[in-house]
Amino acid sequence: MHTNEPANSLHGVMAEFDSAQAVVDAARKTMAQGFTKVEAYSPVPIEELNDIIHKSRTILPKLVLAGGLTGMAAGMALQYWASIIEYPMNIGGRPQASWITFIVPSYELTILFAALTAVIGMIVLSGLPQPYHPVFNVDRFSMASSDKFFLVVESADPKFDQQATSEFLRGTGAKGVYDVDE
Amino acid sequence: MANHSNNTALLEETPVILPGHDFETVTEIVAEIPLSKRFPLGWIGVLLIGLGLAGMLHMALGYLLLKGIGIWGNNIPVGWAFDIINFVWWIGIGHAGTLISAILLLFKQQWRMSISRFAEAMTIFAVACAAIFPVFHTGRPWLAAYWLFPYPNTMGLWPQFKSPLIWDVFAVSTYATVSIVFWYVGLIPDLATLRDRAVSKVKASIYGMLSLGWRGSARHWHRYEVTSLILAGLSTPLVLSVHTVVSFDFAVSVIPGWHATIFPPYFVAGAIYSGFAMVLTLAIPVRRFYGMESLITMRHINNMAKVMLATGLMVGYGYAMELFFAWYSANPHEKFMMWNRMFGPYGWSYWTLISINVVMVQFLWLKSVRHNTTLLFIMSIFVNIGMWLERFVIIVTSLNRDFIPASWGMYYPTQWDFMTFFGTIGLFLTLFLLFLRFVPMISIFEVKMLLPQSKVKADHAH
Repeated sequence: MHTNEPANSLHGVMAEFDSAQAVVDAARKTMAQGFTKVEAYSPVPIEELNDIIHKSRTILPKLVLAGGLTGMAAGMALQYWASIIEYPMNIGGRPQASWITFIVPSYELTILFAALTAVIGMIVLSGLPQPYHPVFNVDRFSMASSDKFFLVVESADPKFDQQATSEFLRGTGAKGVYDVDE
Repeated sequence: MANHSNNTALLEETPVILPGHDFETVTEIVAEIPLSKRFPLGWIGVLLIGLGLAGMLHMALGYLLLKGIGIWGNNIPVGWAFDIINFVWWIGIGHAGTLISAILLLFKQQWRMSISRFAEAMTIFAVACAAIFPVFHTGRPWLAAYWLFPYPNTMGLWPQFKSPLIWDVFAVSTYATVSIVFWYVGLIPDLATLRDRAVSKVKASIYGMLSLGWRGSARHWHRYEVTSLILAGLSTPLVLSVHTVVSFDFAVSVIPGWHATIFPPYFVAGAIYSGFAMVLTLAIPVRRFYGMESLITMRHINNMAKVMLATGLMVGYGYAMELFFAWYSANPHEKFMMWNRMFGPYGWSYWTLISINVVMVQFLWLKSVRHNTTLLFIMSIFVNIGMWLERFVIIVTSLNRDFIPASWGMYYPTQWDFMTFFGTIGLFLTLFLLFLRFVPMISIFEVKMLLPQSKVKADHAH
């Protein structure tokens, strides 16, 4: 599968593995080797891979908290404004600003805003939708959603060298190593 | 987690999915259905029934728009009838889907994985059917926007936020939205699987678009798992609030038979009970028809029957409490309501409901019953009927004889009531069959997570 194209049109080198255990072991070795621009692809979520490769957790939960609080505030503000300022209705002399009756709609809006923040946040932070990505150029990669696991060292990595990196990945127990064209 | 080891031992005794599966077989067996060119005869047959009933719904609603809601049988004193009975019934059915996908996820119940996808689909379609009733009961659904939703309209009108009916709008619309996004997020990796396996270019690009270009990178999976957990955490209080708010439609009023503090938990338990019955009604024929017995195993069927038993007992407790309140309140109107409910003109509906929801459900204590899919299928249909009758009893028998005997009256549904109700069953069936055919009905990646191939040993080097 080696091509003689210049390195700048190369996205990286991809190694294929048979099991979650194999790709996790390989990822550990790769990171220990000092590579920094690495990404793993798997058909199932493997929490260890993110810990090993990216070593950071997503900020999504904080965004969701902010979204939920916004929803709650928006719900209370909307109801207060509509029922007290814009369209007050005197029903049996009951208090206008009976905030207790406003709890249910603002509770629902808290959940609505939080849930939409979670989903939109997940999609946007992941850069999706992204119909094209260099990894799709590798034919074997269609198995990444079925039963194979892949590890890619990207050409942007300062330690990247097409030959040496391929050799290294083969040494980590890969079933196959492929070049990923940009 | 004191009994954690017991649970693990139990897990090993009865596997969630039968042995002999690996990543490839799971992908194959599930992805093959939406990708095949075949339309099985049985599927077409049931779809035609569904479409026929949905056509009837179209006719009934069309005529309603021409003539007005007078074509329905509800009239004072029974001002609410089929419209709200069917609304509550459908919303309740939806609750099992969210329970399976959210609450069981938080409790790490792995058996939920093979049934969560189609239970969630059931939720969405049930909520869609439910929404038809209140919207068309307004008579002029095109005006319902400013009656229901707070937006600045030219008349300067705003909804009454102190009314449980407007709370219901917020609860149900949030529930529908969150259920749809939760379901869609769950589908993304599986849509990518279909994209990668599709032979035809058209299918590959449609599933490719829908999968948003998912490629399963470690960073994406991490965000994805966090999102799933957050959505489960948000859906759990949401689903409990939805039927609570639905019960407020009744409990906040002062009508004897409605004004009861037991309503919120009693409605939520009833919702889960009827929802699990509907999941069984759907799962038992589907697993046989598509040969999914190795993925939706007897373990699932057995567990669902147990949940049905537990929630059925809670519902039975609710009935007992209603009796107790009527007696202990020492209020003649409350007592009369209960007497009327049991021995009045609609007494048959009360006793049918008791014989289904209190008596029949006791057979689920027997393991032999829980392992007999034919019997369970029949029982699940009866539970659906029983829970429909429960709403009929609560709504009609509380209204038909109110405080002044001169204003008593009987309620009889018309043909249009029945056509609308059975029509929504047709709509539900149609949507569900389209789902079975074009969307992976079992969550492929979640089932894979149960297999040894996806397990990673802890790193002892650290």
